[in-house]
Amino acid sequence: MGEMLAVKNINVFYGSIHAIRDVSFHVDEGEIVTLIGANGAGKTTTMHAISGLLKPKSGEIIYCGQTISKMEAHKIIRLGLAQVPEGRRVFSGLTVQQNLMLGAYTRHDGKEAIQNDFDMVYDLLPRLKERRSQSAGTLSGGEQQMLAIGRALMCRPKMLLLDEPSMGLSPLLVKEIFKIIRDVNRNGVTVLLVEQNAKMALEIANRAYVLETGTIKMEGEATELANNIEVRKAYLGAQ
Amino acid sequence: MQFLSYLISGISLGSVYALIALGYTMVYGIAKMLNFAHGDIIMIGSYVIFFAFGGFGWNPILSVVVSMVVCTILGTVIERVAYRPLREAPSLAVLITAIGVSYLLQQVAQLMWSPDPKSFQSIVAGAGLKPLELFGGKLTISAEAIVTIIACVVIMVALTAFVNHTVPGHAMLAVSEDRGAAQLMGVNVNATIALTFAIGSALAAVAGALLCSSYPTLSPTTGAMPGIKAFVAAVFGGIGSIPGAFLGGVLLGVIENLSKAYISTQLSDAIVFLVLIVVLVVKPTGLLGKKINVKV
Repeated sequence: MGEMLAVKNINVFYGSIHAIRDVSFHVDEGEIVTLIGANGAGKTTTMHAISGLLKPKSGEIIYCGQTISKMEAHKIIRLGLAQVPEGRRVFSGLTVQQNLMLGAYTRHDGKEAIQNDFDMVYDLLPRLKERRSQSAGTLSGGEQQMLAIGRALMCRPKMLLLDEPSMGLSPLLVKEIFKIIRDVNRNGVTVLLVEQNAKMALEIANRAYVLETGTIKMEGEATELANNIEVRKAYLGAQ
Repeated sequence: MQFLSYLISGISLGSVYALIALGYTMVYGIAKMLNFAHGDIIMIGSYVIFFAFGGFGWNPILSVVVSMVVCTILGTVIERVAYRPLREAPSLAVLITAIGVSYLLQQVAQLMWSPDPKSFQSIVAGAGLKPLELFGGKLTISAEAIVTIIACVVIMVALTAFVNHTVPGHAMLAVSEDRGAAQLMGVNVNATIALTFAIGSALAAVAGALLCSSYPTLSPTTGAMPGIKAFVAAVFGGIGSIPGAFLGGVLLGVIENLSKAYISTQLSDAIVFLVLIVVLVVKPTGLLGKKINVKV
């Protein structure tokens, strides 16, 4: 199992705000790695730096042996690195089917292969199938999250970045979404998961990093961190 | 019969507004900017036809195609040179740049072709089309009006099909809804915006050819007023909406023409704007504008 993604000492600015300071971490092929932290810790900024929506000022991001820190976002996805953005960001005016079609935007391997993946996504997320011709704006929060995941899977990613997939969902739906993430991973997709819901994230992850005010404060095996006193106090609500 | 004649010429004028409004509304929807130089591209396109058809005596259809090519290149060059560097800039900076580009085009046209109005030969008449006489000669519809209305409807249908049923069309819809998410799908935002300018500018060339065929004087400021009216039409119909541009353009043309005929020639523009204000008070997003609900 080789290293799939390596983030090396990146610094990212939001205007004049130094949002990410010297952050380094890595994700190995086949893993689920989670980045936990409070609101404003810099989780989404880190994700945007990887997917190319933000450019780091310094440092390097290497994906499958290729430096991607200066690459444009629409080229990075062509390497099989897909992001499910925070707040789902589905195209609300388009139908479920059209959203999934846009997920396959970069593919040129023929209608049949794409149709197979439609079947695969509808198999994994049967609720989307029922609503395929409905406009995405009319879906519930949980269904929109499923659509966002399904849309990202349509490009056949090798690695999936998930930004707060549990946000605003009921506990039952959170469970369902996390089960889906685990299934996706079992199908061979490497996962980097950013979460505020540390409990759930640590349950499914192999390894974890704790991000605080723009720097990595702790790292380790997920089970190890879940038992760490500091982590339990700060993120798991232990007394 | 008189009324019918005013109505038809209103629809024809409105069809020209609609074609121009499409350029405004698509660029606004996708690049989130108002391209105030759009009207002046019409003017440049009309000069191209004036020289190609009137001057060199080229075939009218060939002249229009050449004008479309010139306008497409001009529109994409303007986007590349003037607007793309400002993609992350505040919208006010972009707006002022667009006004600057508009004046630049007008001044360049003045320097090259003098401010004196030129008399434009109708390309429709040049193609040998005759006016249509109905009810035993009681109602005459000009060939220009017929061609304008047909061209507008054909272009509307084609454009709607392109946007809704092709991959680049879907990319446009995606960029207009959420630029960042579209990038994450692999859509090249700069290329999509350039394509939008190319389409809008090609339509401006067609609009220029039809406008100057019906109202045959051409000067460097020819595009300014129709450009503003078309912008009003786009807002009227709901800016960002393609059917809205069509509806807004046609209604605007009809209202303008009927006010000229039955109320007052001087007041017709004031009446147009009054209707716009009333519509915006009642429905701030325009007639077909969508209110977007964001679910978090």
